[in-house]
Parts: sequence; structure tokens; C-alpha cells
Amino acid sequence: MPYLGSEDVVKELKKALCNPHVQADRLRYRNAIQRVIRMPKLDQWGQAEVLNFLLRYEPRSEEELFDILNLLDSFLKSSSPGVVMAATKLFLILAKKFPHVQTDVLVQVKGPLLAACSSESRELCFAALCHVRQILRSLPGHFSSHYKKFFCSYSEPHYIKLQKVEVLCELVNDENVQQVLEELRGYCTDVSADFAQAAIFAIGGIARTYTDQCVQILTELLGLRQEHITTVVVQTFRDLVWLCPQCTEAVCQALPGCEENIQDSEGKQALIWLLGVHGERIPNAPYVLEDFVENVKSETFPAVKMELLTALLRLFLSRPAECQDTLGRLLHYCVEEEKDMAVRDRGLFYYRLLLAGIDEVKRILCSPKSDPSLGLLEDPAERPVNSWASDFNTLVPVYGKARWASISKCQGAERRGPELPNTASFATAGPLIPDENKERAQELPDSGALMLVPNCQLTAECFEKTWFSLKVAHQQVCRWRGAVHPDTLQMALQVVNIQTIAMSRAGAHPWKAYLSAQDDTGCLFLTELLLESENAEMQISVKQSEPRTETLNSFISVLETVMGTIGDIKS
Amino acid sequence: MISQFFILSSKGDPLIYKDFRGDSGGRDVAELFYRKLTGLPGDESPVVMHHDDRHFIHIRHSGLYLVATTSENISPFSLLELLSRLATLLGDYCGSLGEGTISRNVALVYELLDEVLDYGYVQTTSTEMLRNFIQTEAVVSKPFSLFDLSSVGLFGAETQQSKVAPSSAASRPVLSSRSDQSQKNEVFLDVVERLSVLIASNGSLLKVDVQGEIRLKSFLPSGSGYGPGIRVDEVSFHSSVLLEEFESHRILRLQPPQGELTVMRYQLSDDLPSPLPFRLFPSVQWDRGSGRLQVYLKLRCDLPPKSQALNVRLHLPLPRGVISLSQELSGPEQKAELGDGALRWDLPRVQGGSQLSGLFQMDVPGLPGPPGQGPSTVAPPLGLGPASLSFELPRHTCSGLQVRFLRLAFRPCGNTNPHKWVRHLSHSDAYVIRI
Repeated sequence: MPYLGSEDVVKELKKALCNPHVQADRLRYRNAIQRVIRMPKLDQWGQAEVLNFLLRYEPRSEEELFDILNLLDSFLKSSSPGVVMAATKLFLILAKKFPHVQTDVLVQVKGPLLAACSSESRELCFAALCHVRQILRSLPGHFSSHYKKFFCSYSEPHYIKLQKVEVLCELVNDENVQQVLEELRGYCTDVSADFAQAAIFAIGGIARTYTDQCVQILTELLGLRQEHITTVVVQTFRDLVWLCPQCTEAVCQALPGCEENIQDSEGKQALIWLLGVHGERIPNAPYVLEDFVENVKSETFPAVKMELLTALLRLFLSRPAECQDTLGRLLHYCVEEEKDMAVRDRGLFYYRLLLAGIDEVKRILCSPKSDPSLGLLEDPAERPVNSWASDFNTLVPVYGKARWASISKCQGAERRGPELPNTASFATAGPLIPDENKERAQELPDSGALMLVPNCQLTAECFEKTWFSLKVAHQQVCRWRGAVHPDTLQMALQVVNIQTIAMSRAGAHPWKAYLSAQDDTGCLFLTELLLESENAEMQISVKQSEPRTETLNSFISVLETVMGTIGDIKS
Repeated sequence: MISQFFILSSKGDPLIYKDFRGDSGGRDVAELFYRKLTGLPGDESPVVMHHDDRHFIHIRHSGLYLVATTSENISPFSLLELLSRLATLLGDYCGSLGEGTISRNVALVYELLDEVLDYGYVQTTSTEMLRNFIQTEAVVSKPFSLFDLSSVGLFGAETQQSKVAPSSAASRPVLSSRSDQSQKNEVFLDVVERLSVLIASNGSLLKVDVQGEIRLKSFLPSGSGYGPGIRVDEVSFHSSVLLEEFESHRILRLQPPQGELTVMRYQLSDDLPSPLPFRLFPSVQWDRGSGRLQVYLKLRCDLPPKSQALNVRLHLPLPRGVISLSQELSGPEQKAELGDGALRWDLPRVQGGSQLSGLFQMDVPGLPGPPGQGPSTVAPPLGLGPASLSFELPRHTCSGLQVRFLRLAFRPCGNTNPHKWVRHLSHSDAYVIRI
């Protein structure tokens, strides 16, 4: 138990959380919790621990809930970030039915979080940024007026800059969009290519709502003719055109000239797709594609070739005269000379499709050019606070949901074996609500579980007497092969607490054994095993001192398991 | 809570290793951590890492890695706070935190860890309580002497009258308790501000942020009180500060424990009472044809005439492929050199109100940038990055916060009057001017 400041504090906590008598009495329990909350002299570590314990408590009434929140209010203003965050989490979880209280709490914690985001300690800054992102998912406008705090500084490490850019992307609103975009535009020309690309993708994200300004910025960036910038801008255009068809015109005007500056696979694919789908508005589209086809033999990426095939065929439908020749050459190459089977198959498919007629081609290839509704599906709408409240102030936001899911999957698989009994008991403990515990405790004796008591010594005379006084309760046969090994059988039965009173020696015909067992209520099970000869069937007769069917069945199944195991081992 | 705690040097050598729970499974956890850290891809954060079934959380402090491992899903804030607090404690006890001091004081460090953490749970980090338990004395690299004033005397005639704190005060261990009571009656109060500024290329101010802290390093076992007064945005106080008189007279009373503690933290944004300390007026001429890049930087210091800025360094990243540099600087003690793809201009001392300039000419063949013929003064070439300034402003606070008096409420048991050193200092955190 962590040292929480003094002996009486520890006593109070133990009383509140461990003593079932206190838990059973609602009023006493509540008083103990109240005393815990009012503890004055804890240091910051004790406070954080107590706030953690209190997560398990469920207040019984609204009045009590607000009482507790009032008492704990001062913790929200503590100078220790650990305490502030623990208090915030507690408030969020306790007030899960009162969204306006949750919003209030999040407003109060804005100050400390922002201070942590500008802290000297890089690591604290990072943890705070992750939590800010989580809050933004539920309250997107929460930090909008403080956007300046999330501007990246030159000397910050890369991972912090990435987080800040994501935050900037998420807190954009009408008032700050101008400044945020200007700032992001500055990052796009950063020396670090990774960071510049991240900034461009962020602008692409903002473009879904503020399309015109973003497209303008992106077009300007194309003018710099930098390879790493151009490829990402074209990819962003491709995504944008799909979600916001209104910007297609502007994009088409910006595209000519890009092809000189793109060398990587992703960029080429994006450009080719755009040329194929919107080629009718781009004057020199066929000639750009023709360039690609000229160099198709030296093209290393099969994905680019696939994209090229589709794009050229699409363009052919809208501009047949200009593309016919090129298409022919491309198909010839793909079918005759291409070594990648996927590309070859696609080329062959398109060739046969063309043979089937132009209408067929149109039917298959004319897919929708944009799907704005996809944007609504992709961006999860504001999530309610309760969906992530339990993850607040834990390692989950720091890792990110995806990574955490993969981590817990690995952990779960590893831990399942040895720890099962412990976790089972904790899982059933759950919230410490007094009433239900009582009911659960009373249920147990009525269950059908059989508990055989070990070391019940029954003398031979007593066994004989009881045997003759009882009637056979159950009789069955089980298959048996070969001879019986009494020692093995005896040991196996001992393991499940079935005592052997008498057993014939090995090789005797007929072979008999008498077993006894007793369960925890004192009910006796007396068994006779009879094997007439080898490879015959073993007869089992069971007599029970008290007629109880459930326990009898349990006993039979235990016996069967043992006999079956021994039989298998032998054979 | 915590399973293991260890300290690694910057090269990954384990200096301290303590296993609280014994669940490391026989693996060398420290080595695992270092390998994972160095092998991490660029965009993943190293702050919290996961391997096997444990989480590694670490902070970097003074070039050392302080790492804690845990297998539970605990609060990152608490853990980071604990690590920072441990770093401060170790610094207090050993004098300063560094590879050398830790290796010299291994026994003390283990004793501290024993008292602070029990089976991975935090017992206490308060210096008052720990004082009663720690027996080992710290080993210092050289004996402390009040006559060690070698770094004093930089600032001109006025230093003869004003008292300047001995330089080794910063590295003296605070908490070696028993002996030498008379030598140790001192209180150091630092008001330290970090200035974060972002200026756009057209000269407009994009962002101003001041983060300030009042730090108290007390060798006394007693209490004190003092009073500042200024407008700030956000304030937070240490838990031992009594705030009754703060509202009316701006007086803070507290009973500080021995050691270093941050009394007050404050933040100020957007509206500084005094003008920004530096303004840069760059002009760039770039001839694409011949590859000649000429950068003329004029630095103006807007501090009041009596103040100075020390150790000013301007760091200007340059485009790739810069070949040569010729320079003309306005003052003799300045230095400029090319290194790491950037220009570094060092000005050891800048007087308030002065203007300094430097003309730098470079050859950059084959530079990409906006298309155009002939010299262009409009668009700078790509890679001519934002200029960042780093400097220190002694005896100056950007927010205007001044500690007016530091009064000790009662005299400690020693006879001598304790010395009080109050220092105001601002330094740059990220002062960026875009070209």
C-alpha cells in the first residue's frame, strides 16, 4: 500500500475499500469515502493515488455526486500536472450522465493543459499534446482561440512538431483559418522533407472545409518545383478532388507542368489518375500520358503501370482521336512484353473489353468521379466524451488508438494463461456496490459444483456397513482395454480426492476395487469397480449417502474422466 | 507502479539500475531500451515505447536518460512528473546532474531511490522528509570556497559594488546536512523567463510567449517572504506558498524546505509591456545565374541603453551547397562562420539601443527556387531558413516582473546574517525571425 501521508489516512482507505461490513452498509461506506476525500495532508503522489481509487466509486444520488465534485474541485487547480489530470479524469467519469459538467471540467483544465504544452520538458509537452488531440475529437472548438500556442518552434523534436501540426489541422475555424494556413504554408517549405510533407497533408485536411484558400496555397507550392513538395501536393489534389468536386476546375488548371517534377511511385499514380479521370479538362493530358507510355519499359513500379492502363483507357473514351495510337502501343507492350502478371492480365482484360464494343467499355469504366459522402464517413463525427473518458490520463492517448489496440492484443495473448484466476476474481468485483455483493455471496452453496474433500478416512468396516445399507444409485459400464494397473489407478484417483478402500492386485480375475469419496457437505460416494476379464467392460456402481442428483452426476463425470485418462494412457 | 528504474548516459551506458518488482524476466532491460530507442523510426515518439509486455517512459535531462518501466496502464503525467522530480532531487543531493556526479555518488543515489520508491510505489519526494533518512554525504568534485570568484567581474565597474553570487553556488549540493552550518546560510532567488517569439517576414509579430519561473534555492531551514507585482496571464504556485496577502499586496509567504523549489510559474502572451529585445532587418540579394547570394543582416537591439544582451548567437540555415563565405561585420569581437549548413553569427555582448550589421556573401551554384532571370530581391531562395536568435538578458525580465524585497521572517540558528541573492534573467527559448 503506498504511503499516503499518515497512518489514519491509510486506515480510512482500507476501511472504505476493503472491509465488506463497511461496504455492506451504504451510509457507513459513504461516510468513509467522504473522510477519504477530505484528507488534508496528502502530498501530490498520495492525491493522485486517491483520485485513482475513487474511480471505482459510484455515487448513489445526484446530490452525492455534486457533493463529491465540490470537495474535489480544488484538486483541479493543483500545481502538479499528475493531480490535475487525475482529477479531470475522475470528474469526467463520475459525471458521465451530465455532459455540461464534463464540458465545464474540460474548460477548467484548458489552462493547465496549455501550460503543459509549452513546458520546458519535451516529454510532458508531448503527453499534453496527445491529450489535447483527444479532447478536440469531442470539442473541436475548444482550443481554437489558443491556436498560437501550437505553432511549431524551430528547435523542437520531430515528433512534437508532427503532433502540433495535427492539432492545428483539427482546431481550425472561421476566425483563425487565415493565420493557421499561413503558418502551415511556412512549414511546407521547411528543410526537413518529412515535416514539409506532413504540413502539406494537413493543409489537404483543412481543404475539405476551406477548399478555395487551400487549393490556392497548394497551387503556389507547385510553382516551387520541388520534388518532395510536388508529389505530395498532387496526392493531396487527388484526394481532394474525390471529396470536393467543386475544386476540380482549379486543380485541373494547376496540373500542367507537374509531371517533370515527380519521380516517386505514389506521386505518379496520383497524377496519372487525375489525368485519366479529368483529362477532358486538361489540354495536354494525352501528351503527358504519351510520355509515360514512351518510358513504360523503364518504369519500375507495377502500380504505376496499372494506373496508366486504366487512365489511358478512360481518356480514350473522352478523347479518342488523340489517345488511340498511344493506347494501342501500351496494350501491345503490356500483353506481349510485360513480365508482371498483374499488369499483363489487366492489359489483356482491357483489350478484350475493347473487342466487346465501346458501349461495354463505357459501362464498366465510367465510374463516379467523386463521392463527397465519403468525406462524412471518413471523418468521425464528434465523439461523445464518454467514449474516451476512461482512457484519459493513461498511456492510451500517448500511443494512439491503433497502436494501443495492437499492444493490448499481444498483451492479452501472453497474459491469459497463468493469470486467469486472479483476473477472474477482480473482474467480478467491479464497482464496489454493497447490495449486490451480498446476494452474490448467498448464491454459491446452491450451485452444482462438486468439491471432494481430501483425506477423508473411511475404515473398511464403516465402508462395508454403509455399502450394504445403501441402494445402488447409478450403474454404468465403460470400455476397458488390457489389464489394470492398480497403482496408477490409485494415484490418479488420489489426485481427484477419491480414496481407495480396497483394490485387487494386478492380474486378478475378476478384478475389483472399492472407492470412497466425500464432498464438503458430508455426502458419501461409494463406488465399486468390477472388471470380469481383460478386454471386457468395466462395471461401475455408485452409491450415494444422500440422494442428490446434481452432485451425483458431477461425481460420475469426474470418475469417468479419470478412468478414461488411465485407459488412454495404457492403450 | 514502476517495475524498474535506470539511468543511462548519453551513449547508453547504464549508470544506475534498480529493479523494484523483479519482473524483468532475466532480460537486460536497460540494453533493450537503448536498442529500441536508437532504432526507432523518425516519426514515432520516443517518450513512451512498448516492448514485450512493458512500457518504457523516459526523460532526457542534462544528457542523461532517466527511464522507468511499467507493465500497467498508468498516468503518463504522474510518471513524467516523478522522473522530473527525481532529476531535481538527484541534482540537489549531488550538486548537479551529470554523468560524472552520478558515477561519483552511486551509493547516495541508491539510498535516495530506496527512500523515494518502495516496491515501485512513490513514498515521498519531499526533501524535508528525505533529509531524515539519507545518511550518505555527497562527493563534490572540488572543495567549495567562498573565495572562488573567478567568473565574476564581466560587467564593468558596477560589479565592485553589487554583489555577484559565487559561481560554484550553482553546483554546490544543497542538502549535505550536518557539518558547516555557518557557510551555508544563503538563499538564492532566481526569476527566470523564457521568451518565445515568432516574427513573420514582413516584420509583423506572429507570436509572443513568455514562460517565467521564480525559483528558490535555499540552504536555510527556515521561512521567508517576498513581494513582486505585475500583470501576468496564468499563474500557478507551489503548494507550500501561502497566498493570503497575494491579492492585496502581492506578497508571497512561504516556508521553503531545503533544496531547490519552484515557487511560482507564470505565463504571459501577446502583449509585452516592454518592446521585444531584438529586431532583425534582413535583405537578401540573389543572382540565380551566377549563384551569388548576398545576405545583409541588420540587428537592432531595443533594450534600454543600460542593459545588455549576452552570448547572442544568430543561427541562419542556408540553402544546400553553399561554398564560400565572405563577411563584413560591424564590430571587432563578433565572429561569423559557416557550419552544418548554416551561418552562425556570434556576438558576445550587445548593448541596448545599438545596431549591428553584417554582410555575408556566399556562392551557391545550382540553387533551386522560384524561376526568374537576374537578381531578385523579392523571393529568397529555398532553404534560407528562418533566423533564430539565442541570447541571455541578465537583470532583465520581459514581463516586467521584479522581486522587490526578500525578507526572512526570523533568523536561523546560526549567528551570521544569511546572504540573499536575487537574480533576474531572461533567455530565449525560440526567437525566430522569418526571412
